[in-house]
Amino acid sequence: MLDWLQQFGRFWIDLAGSFGRSHIFLSRILLSIPSLVFRFSLVVKQLYASGVLTLSIILVSGLFVGMVLALQGYNTLVGFGAEESLGVVVALTLVRELGPVVSGLLFAGRAGSAMTAEIGLMKATEQLAGLEMMAVDPYKRIFAPRFLAGFIALPCLAAMFSAIGVLGGYLVGVEVLGVDDGAFWSQMKSAVNFVDDVVNGLIKALVFGFVVCWIAIFQGADCIPTSEGVSRATTRTVVYSSLAILGLDFLLTAVMFSV
Amino acid sequence: MTDSTSDNDRNTIVQSDSTVDATLAAAAVTAGAAVTTESTEQSSENLVEIRGLHFTRGRKPIFTGLDIDIPRGKITTIMGPSGTGKTTLLKIIGAQLKPRRGKVHFDGHNVHKLRRRKLFELRKRMGMLFQSGALLTDLTVFENVAFPLREHTELPDRLIRHLVLMRLHAVGLRGARDMKPAELSGGMSRRVALARALVLDPEIIMYDEPFTGQDPISMGVLVELISKMNQALGLTSVIVSHDIKEALSISDHVVIISDGKVVATGSPTRLAASDSPWVRQFLDGAADGPVPFQYAAPDYADDLLGS
Repeated sequence: MLDWLQQFGRFWIDLAGSFGRSHIFLSRILLSIPSLVFRFSLVVKQLYASGVLTLSIILVSGLFVGMVLALQGYNTLVGFGAEESLGVVVALTLVRELGPVVSGLLFAGRAGSAMTAEIGLMKATEQLAGLEMMAVDPYKRIFAPRFLAGFIALPCLAAMFSAIGVLGGYLVGVEVLGVDDGAFWSQMKSAVNFVDDVVNGLIKALVFGFVVCWIAIFQGADCIPTSEGVSRATTRTVVYSSLAILGLDFLLTAVMFSV
Repeated sequence: MTDSTSDNDRNTIVQSDSTVDATLAAAAVTAGAAVTTESTEQSSENLVEIRGLHFTRGRKPIFTGLDIDIPRGKITTIMGPSGTGKTTLLKIIGAQLKPRRGKVHFDGHNVHKLRRRKLFELRKRMGMLFQSGALLTDLTVFENVAFPLREHTELPDRLIRHLVLMRLHAVGLRGARDMKPAELSGGMSRRVALARALVLDPEIIMYDEPFTGQDPISMGVLVELISKMNQALGLTSVIVSHDIKEALSISDHVVIISDGKVVATGSPTRLAASDSPWVRQFLDGAADGPVPFQYAAPDYADDLLGS
């Protein structure tokens, strides 16, 4: 019983500890970001690693998600004779929800896990300690560029996910299922509002990018520097990021679209 | 007095010219003389002074009141059984870890009281050679050595190239400049790391277990490099090691720590002649002695029959 109580207590103390450390960590990253103005090449390199290299999986998934949406949407709408609204269904679903959420999840799986593993291994092989001893601040050299790059990359990826998803919906809906071309686009154009839908979707993606990068980099830097520790940290990054994205999506949707 | 024997040792291992030997001998004599007074006197002869250092990891005390002086321009070796926190000590000197109590002065500055910016300035004067080399795996050997220069100076590329090639030549790896760290052997990575640690002309260089896991040839190369660099560049070197023969052959000053305290200190010859059980067990490699063979455990009989 006492043992159990001790473990229970330790769990919460550990949790509170890592919560606190992660916030100090985040504030130090944010304070390091201004110094990147002079070293923007570091950010560009990370934009390539986390953005460009994630692009293929984002585009392929976006295309298929859009195509499936068109198939499912068509089957439902045709019962009401409302298949012309297919464009609206596909576009709103993608721009408001699936674009940011699915690309966030994919980003966490592809780029987030890579960031954690890379930083974790740098810690395990003493590269971070080596940087510090060479008087190079790992926050400025390693963490902040990755953070900023991920924060910039995810909204772009989400936008591309939505765009190619709409294209996939068009291919299936119009070219295959025979929905009227003009109605597909014109209904979409009149129903999708730029600020309410597109901008809000991008804000979601910005928030997800912030959270995923924070989790991924912190887990890498805070991991136990062994192979087991790095693998656990990588798993934690994907699990925590996914939960955070889904939870935050609910909150953001409630705030943005409930009125 | 007894220093002549250690000079002979040096002759066989370092095999340098006679002038170097003369300086070494002089260094050894001064080191021997310093031993008697160092515990009471704080002199500016010492680049690093550690006083009353306490450090705990989790609940396990690592250091309980450690006092160490690292004399300027000498090679100091810190020895002790595995797990006594020798690497931890180097990290404390570099202010990567904070002690619970006690002070570490580097050239008069208390390293743990410095602001971050000042500390980073100070670290430019320190070089550290990690056991793994700690090379940046995404950069070539050349870029790894150039890294501190690119980070801290605005030197033109041509000059950086000169400086890097000079350092790589000094460690014998000018030909390996285009290789990636993954392609290097353990000994080669340590030599590249040495070139990188030296590229900013530090005043002190700290070696974390430089000889561990090296074949006899790389070991010989490293021993010679460490001793020659110290001579040629007027460095202060700190070696953390338990390769007794190699470490003793090049050091001027030896500190043995065990159980969180300094148990012996002095020149290699003094220690070799010492009859302290701690020193003897360590230097002779006896399995049992003041450092027990058994890790702290409940009574054996109770343990077997109890459950």
